[in-house]
Amino acid sequence: MTSDSFYREPVPAEWAHRHLLDLERLTPDEIRLLLDTATLFKEATGGCRRKLGVLSGFTVVNLFFENSTRTRVSFALAARRLGADTVDFTTSSSSLSKGESFIDTARNLEAMGIDAVVVRHSTPGTPHLLAQHLQVGVINAGDGPHEHPTQGLLDIFSIRERLGRIEGTTVALVGDIAHSRTARSNIWGLTKLGARVILCGPPTLVSDRWRECGVEVSHDLDAILPRCDVVNLLRIQFERQSTRPFPSVQEYAHLYAMTGERLRQARDDLLILAPGPINRGVEVTAEVADCSRSLILDQVTNGLAVRMAVLWLICGPRAAPTATPLGSHGGRLV
Amino acid sequence: MATLLIRGGRVVDPSQGVDRIDDVLVRDGLIVSIGHGGGQSIGRADETVEAAGLVVCPGLVDMHVHLREPGREEDETIETGTRAALAGGFTSVACIPNTEPPIDTQAAVEFIRQKASRADTCNVFVVACVSRGREGKELAEIGRLVEAGAVAFSDDGSPVYDAELMRRALEYCRMFDKPVLAHEEVLELSRGGIMHEGLVSLVLGLPGMPAAAEDVMIGRDITLAETTGGRVHVMHVSTAGGVALIRDAKRRGVRITAEACPHHFTLTDESLRGFDANCKMSPPLRTAADVEAIITGLADGTIDCIATDHAPHAREKKLLEIDRAPFGILGLETAVGLTVTRLVATGRIGWPRLVEAMSLLPSRILGIARGTLQPGAVADITLIDPARSWRVDRSRLCSKSINTPFDGWTLQGRAVATIVAGRIKYRLREPAAP
Repeated sequence: MTSDSFYREPVPAEWAHRHLLDLERLTPDEIRLLLDTATLFKEATGGCRRKLGVLSGFTVVNLFFENSTRTRVSFALAARRLGADTVDFTTSSSSLSKGESFIDTARNLEAMGIDAVVVRHSTPGTPHLLAQHLQVGVINAGDGPHEHPTQGLLDIFSIRERLGRIEGTTVALVGDIAHSRTARSNIWGLTKLGARVILCGPPTLVSDRWRECGVEVSHDLDAILPRCDVVNLLRIQFERQSTRPFPSVQEYAHLYAMTGERLRQARDDLLILAPGPINRGVEVTAEVADCSRSLILDQVTNGLAVRMAVLWLICGPRAAPTATPLGSHGGRLV
Repeated sequence: MATLLIRGGRVVDPSQGVDRIDDVLVRDGLIVSIGHGGGQSIGRADETVEAAGLVVCPGLVDMHVHLREPGREEDETIETGTRAALAGGFTSVACIPNTEPPIDTQAAVEFIRQKASRADTCNVFVVACVSRGREGKELAEIGRLVEAGAVAFSDDGSPVYDAELMRRALEYCRMFDKPVLAHEEVLELSRGGIMHEGLVSLVLGLPGMPAAAEDVMIGRDITLAETTGGRVHVMHVSTAGGVALIRDAKRRGVRITAEACPHHFTLTDESLRGFDANCKMSPPLRTAADVEAIITGLADGTIDCIATDHAPHAREKKLLEIDRAPFGILGLETAVGLTVTRLVATGRIGWPRLVEAMSLLPSRILGIARGTLQPGAVADITLIDPARSWRVDRSRLCSKSINTPFDGWTLQGRAVATIVAGRIKYRLREPAAP
């Protein structure tokens, strides 16, 4: 799958999923296939700028039950780059306020003849439930603190693009792990591809039990920083916290913000990621966010590549199944 | 003089230390005798039930059932819930008062009793609220509720949060010798929680309900029972820590009893990995270590009895996002199968202990004249086929709701006949699978 016109071929047979719900249940090979496909799409579109017609005639619905600008726009642009039509459906304009369940809402959209649903919801597992009730493909664009697979993929894509590999690298995820879907998708994706993952933040946001998932846990950023190839700075999700997990924002920033001073303790080639939106001054200072080692804007561009790849793998043409012998239907034509 | 003879079954009655093959003779709704003593056949009767190969025991008693009526008839009614009870082998249920309105007046108790009498199914014993309106602020009229027939008091669905109110309730109930059935939960620790707090909740990003939320409250109520001399019954114990606290309290002589639910000795928090709202209940499914502690507690008697916390919810309510779906699952029709499969077939408890946990002890805790086959007792009798293998099919349940996580499970052990006051109120019609 390396030619310029790979996208005119059927979706590779190694991709057997109808939905993209999480990275936890993908195999390393499936994750590599997603990343490789994203690379091909990035090249074929001249850096995600040109349009391809591979999903022309398809309709993708952005079904967003939770506010988002960046992810929604990114999915919409990715779909349009592939020639698909997109429809945005957000709770503010929906009938959910009239008491309709989210499953009914999705089924109604499905009945209008759509091809995929990109769903964001504040509750973990909602895309998984939709996938059980819909025939069309479901793509998880973030389900509460659970997973955000395309964000995880684009973070990993950005690291791989810059370093040429994932295996053997050391990546720190710093901040609000407890409430971060980005953290969870990164943890699974990175560990499956052989990276060493360090979770860093106060114990109220970073449970020691994560060690049971094959990652390292640290509460001391300064201690781990010299070992890191990459730090991914996760936003403090004030809106998801019922009680504040640290005494003050100032104290948090003092202990965990990525400042110019901390950057100087790190390796020269340390890469800085942040899934955004970021709270400047809390997780990262402006000086660091805008420095040359920051991949923050690369991440945004790569988001398009990853989402094109995902949409194509979910919606794209499948190879015709090999003819089924009559005998398998008991000799009757069905 | 109508007589009923149950012939040749394995009669298990821990109230008399009986466990032998024998006949049971019933006349006019009361037990006459078990055999003639020595296992000799009694002879003929108006109606005879052949019970060879079956366990014949005092009718099962479920002391924790949500019948939902009044107020939530879309989930269950007294009629459908008691039919489900009969199909599960239960001759008596105690219904929990978190209805709408809650059962906190004599009139409300009377309403339940009338409805149950009209349904003419199994016995319904009424648990009434500890606090007026179940608001946790002031005591309900406990004395008048006892007069109306309430057998115990509970604000279940919620804990009695105010420690002073709990203390008063225990002191006050003492004069009627009624237990307070306690839902143990420190709400600040479990707030917003959907499942057990542990590795699985961490991975799924679902808010957790730590075991400590249950353990801390059990600790409080043990201390209050100890200081007041009142009777606390801990509902649906789910944690290893809770079992240890209760074991220790019993050793010290505190008047405390406890129940466990079949789902808490069968499933773990791993079941939530599919985000199935039918695995969402409070207290939540815990870890394998907790399951083991519950089973050990049931085997050694720390946990007195098995109760189902039967909590029907209409299908559409469980089809919501998992945080909006209500807590609770069905229990009545799967309790015997789960208990036999998980505890008896595995050798963890014997049949006498099962009958004690599902009939004798809940009767004693509630102070109701059930749970025994002694001569003169009301002839509530359950016949169980201990070997019968069957498949749970939620579309064939008697309950009005289908919210069970056990749909499609194959279980061993099933009630095949349920007899209330000498009348056969339920008989399993399905032939045994070949």
